Amino acid sequence: MDDGSELSLSVAHIVRRLKGSHLHAQIERRAKECLHQPEIRLDSLREDVRRFLRTSGWERQLQNAVYRELQVQRPPSHPAAPLEHLKEPLAYMRKAQACWEKRVLKSLNSMSAELGVPLARMRPAAEQKELTSKWNEMGTDEPDLTSFRPVFAPKDFLEVLISLRNPNYDSSEDVGVRSHWGLIQVPLDVRDIPQLRRAYAELNLTTGQLGIDDHAHIHPDLFENEYLQIGKKVVVEQDSAAAQQYSRQGCSTGLRADLWALILNSNNQPQDAMHYEQLTAGVVQHDLLVDSLIYKDVKLTASNDDYYFVFEDFLYQVLLCFSRDTAVLEHFKYNSATPPRSFVQGKGEDEECAVVYPPNGVIPFHGFSMYVAPLCFLYNEPSKLYSVFREMYIRYFFRLHSISSSSSGVVSLCLQFERLLQTHLPQLFYHLRQIGAQPLRIAFKWMVRAFSGYLSTDQLLLLWDRILGYDSLEIVAVLAAAVFAFRAENLMEVTSLGSAEEERGFSCAIALEDRGV
Amino acid sequence: MAGKVKWVTDIEKSVLINNFEKREWVQVTENDDWNFYWMSIQTIRNVFSVDTGYRLSDDQMVNHFPNHYELTRKDLMIKNIKRYRKELEKEGSPLAEKDENGKYNYLDFVPVTFMLPSDYNLFVEEYRKNPSSTWIMKPCGKAQGKGIFLINKLSQIKKWSRDSRTSTFVAASSGKEAYVISLYIDNPLLIGGKKFDLRLYVLVTTYRPLKCYMYKLGFCRFCTVKYTPSTSELDNMFVHLTNVAIQKHGDDYNHVHGGKWTVSNFRLYLESTRGKEVTSRLFDQIHWIMVQSLKAVAVNASPSLTSSTANDRILKYNLINDTLNIVAPNGDVPDCRWNRSPPREALGNYQVLYDEELQAQSDHGERDLRTRSGQSLGSKGTKGSAGARPPAATWK
Repeated sequence: MDDGSELSLSVAHIVRRLKGSHLHAQIERRAKECLHQPEIRLDSLREDVRRFLRTSGWERQLQNAVYRELQVQRPPSHPAAPLEHLKEPLAYMRKAQACWEKRVLKSLNSMSAELGVPLARMRPAAEQKELTSKWNEMGTDEPDLTSFRPVFAPKDFLEVLISLRNPNYDSSEDVGVRSHWGLIQVPLDVRDIPQLRRAYAELNLTTGQLGIDDHAHIHPDLFENEYLQIGKKVVVEQDSAAAQQYSRQGCSTGLRADLWALILNSNNQPQDAMHYEQLTAGVVQHDLLVDSLIYKDVKLTASNDDYYFVFEDFLYQVLLCFSRDTAVLEHFKYNSATPPRSFVQGKGEDEECAVVYPPNGVIPFHGFSMYVAPLCFLYNEPSKLYSVFREMYIRYFFRLHSISSSSSGVVSLCLQFERLLQTHLPQLFYHLRQIGAQPLRIAFKWMVRAFSGYLSTDQLLLLWDRILGYDSLEIVAVLAAAVFAFRAENLMEVTSLGSAEEERGFSCAIALEDRGV
Repeated sequence: MAGKVKWVTDIEKSVLINNFEKREWVQVTENDDWNFYWMSIQTIRNVFSVDTGYRLSDDQMVNHFPNHYELTRKDLMIKNIKRYRKELEKEGSPLAEKDENGKYNYLDFVPVTFMLPSDYNLFVEEYRKNPSSTWIMKPCGKAQGKGIFLINKLSQIKKWSRDSRTSTFVAASSGKEAYVISLYIDNPLLIGGKKFDLRLYVLVTTYRPLKCYMYKLGFCRFCTVKYTPSTSELDNMFVHLTNVAIQKHGDDYNHVHGGKWTVSNFRLYLESTRGKEVTSRLFDQIHWIMVQSLKAVAVNASPSLTSSTANDRILKYNLINDTLNIVAPNGDVPDCRWNRSPPREALGNYQVLYDEELQAQSDHGERDLRTRSGQSLGSKGTKGSAGARPPAATWK
C-alpha cells in the first residue's frame, strides 16, 4: 500500500472521528460569526476565515484534537483489516485475554451470588437523598466490607501471563546460550539498551533533566531557569505536541498540571463538566456491586498511604463515576480486552438482555485506586481530576492489566524487564532464580501500578512525565530493572523470596537509571 | 575542657535518652554538677522563678529560656506582639508601615484578638460591628487543644462579662488572663476538603543577638473530618481543631500515617495546584512571621516528644539529634563564651532562619525588608542538602 493512500485513509479516519464533535460545532459557529467582521472580505473569504481561526486560537485547538486522535488510536493501516486486529493482532493473545476475562467475570458473578448482593440495584429515595448530602465525604461511610474480596490481585494475573505460549513458536532451538531465564515465555520483540538509548535520546547524560539538574547545588542558570521559561511558553501556546515533547525532560511542578492537561487534550470544556454531573447523578441513583470493590480498595490502599490518605473522598468521587461512564467503552476498540456482559431480568417481562457490566466495562481490581491518587496532587477540582484520569486510563493504564502484544502492554514490559536484567545483571538474576526469587515476582506489582504507591509522589510524577512525553510505558520496565541494579549488592546476599521482597529502602535516581542501564 | 557532658532530664522519653547515650554522655542527677539539663516546664518554672535566684554557671545549658512562657501563654504572646508593633512604629521603622486602611503592611499576622476578662468591653464593641462572625476562645495556659471552643453568640460567653454576677473568671487582680478570644478564620485553606495546620520546629540558641534555626522536616496535621463553616458543626472539634491529641480519639484516626503530611508533600501540592511563585511567597511569609514573633520576645514551651507513629519517632529522634549537634557541637561540654554560629555542615536538617550577627554586618533596615521579600530563604534554601550527588529518589 503506497504512502498516498495510507495517508488519505488516516485523514478520512480522523475526519470521521472529529465530524459532529463539539469542537467541530464550535469552530463552525465561530467561523460563521466572524463573517460579520470588517476584515473578512468576500474575494479572499477562505484565507481570511482561515487566518481568523488561526489568530483566535481555534486552529490550535483543532490541531490538538487531531494530535489526540493520532495518539490514542492509530488509524487502520488497511481498510480491510478486521476490527479485532486493531484490538490485538495475535490470535493466541486474544484467546488468552478472553479466557482471563471469563474467569474474572465468573469470580464477580459468584461473589454476587454468594453474598446475595445484586450486580446493580436502584437506590430507594431515602438512600439517594442521604448519598447526595454525603457526596463530599463518602470516606466517612463505613459499610461492612469484610465479605467482599477483590476480584483479582496482580499476582493472579501474573500467573496467567507466565502460562502464555505462542503455539506457532518452537522454543526448543533456544535452549542454551539464548535461553530465557525469566518467567515470560513468549517471543515478543522488546527493545534492548542500544535501541532504548536511541529512542529516549532526551534522557541522555548531556541533556538537562528536571529531577536531577534542578537541585540545590546546581546553579539554576545552567539549566533550570531557561527550561522553566520554555515551559511557560509552551503553556501559553497551548500546543499539545510541544507539551509532549517538553515533558520528556520533566515538567516543573508549577506547570505540570497545565502541561499534562495539554498533552491529554483535557481542556475544561463545559460539556465535560456537564458529563461529570450526569455521572454523579448516576451514582446517586444506582448502587453497583463494583462500588463496594472500589470502597474496599480505597480503604485498603490509598487511605493507608502517607501521601494520598488526604484525598480519600476525591477517589470515590472519581472512581464511582468512572464505573458508570459509557464513554470509556470507546477504548475497547484498541484494547485487547472486551467489556464483560451480564444479564438483566427485564422488569415484569421474561426478557433477558445483555448489558455491559459495569457500564464502563472495567472491573476494578486490588490497587486500582492508585492510578488516580497521584493525580490528586495536581488537580483539586473533581470534574477536571476525573477528565484527566479518564484520559490517562484509556491511553496508558488499561495496558497494564490486559493481555496484548503492544510494546506498552504488561506482557512486553515484563519481558523487557527480564531481558534487561538477564543481559546486564546475569549474576544477580541467576542467583535470585536459584533461591526461588524470580525477579519478576517482586517487580510485577510495581509495574502494574506504574510505581504508584512505591515511589514518593514527587518522583512518581517525574516518571509519569516521561510516560506522557514518550507516549509509552516502556520506561516503567526500565525503572524496575534499574531498581534491581541499584540494590544488586544487597540482593546477592538474600536467601529467600521473602527477604528479597523485604529489601526496604530500594532507592534509585529517576533518570540515572535511564542513563546507567 | 576534657571530660564527658553530664546530663539530667526529668522527661522519660526514648528520643532524648537514646540521643544522650549515643554521644556517650554521662547521666547524673540534678543535685550533681550537671552540664546539660533537659527540663520539663514545671522544672523550668521552679528553677528560674524569682524566689530561687538560681543562676546557670558557665558550663551549664538548659533546653528553655527563662522567659519561654512569653510566647507559650496566648495572652502574653498577643501582648508582646502588640507592644512590639507599637515600639517599631514609635521608632519610625519601615517594618511598621501601614496601608491606607490602617493595616500593617508587614506585621499583620495575628487576627483581631482580645484578652478576657480584661478586654471584655472592647471585645463586645468589636463583636457588635459584625454580629454574624465566629470567634474562637482559647484558654491562655493550656496546650494540645484543650479547652478551646467556638462561639457565634454573645450569650455563649456571658460569664466573662464583668457585670455578670456569676462570673467565673480568674480575678483580674492576679494579672493573669483566663482566655484570649480571636476572630475565627472560617475560610482556611483546605486540602482534600480538610483543615490542617503546620507543625514547624524552631531552635533559638540566643536572643541577643537573635539566632534561630528552622527544622526543615516539619509536618501538617489534618482533621479527620471534612471542614464546614456551617454553624451546626461549631461544636464538632474534629472539624475545627487539628491537634493530634484530639484527632487521636476520633473514629477515623489512622495509626499508620497519623493524619500527617510532611511539609515537602505540602509544598509539592501547593506548587502543583497553585504555582511556584505563590508557594515561595507563602513560605517566605511563614519564616517572616517566625522571626518577628521571636523578636517580640519569648520561646515556645516544650514541643510534644510523644511519638504517635513510627515515622514520627524517627523524626523526633533526628530532630533532637540535630538540635544537640547545634547546641553542643562535637559533643563538648557547654561553654558560654562560645560564639554560637555553627558552620553550615553542622546544621543537619536545620536551616538558618535568622542570624542577627550576620545581618548586623550589612545595612540593618534594608536587609530586614529584603528578608521579608524572600531573598535569603528562597526556595533553593529549603530543597536538598548541600551534598555532592543528587538526592536519591526515595522508596516508601
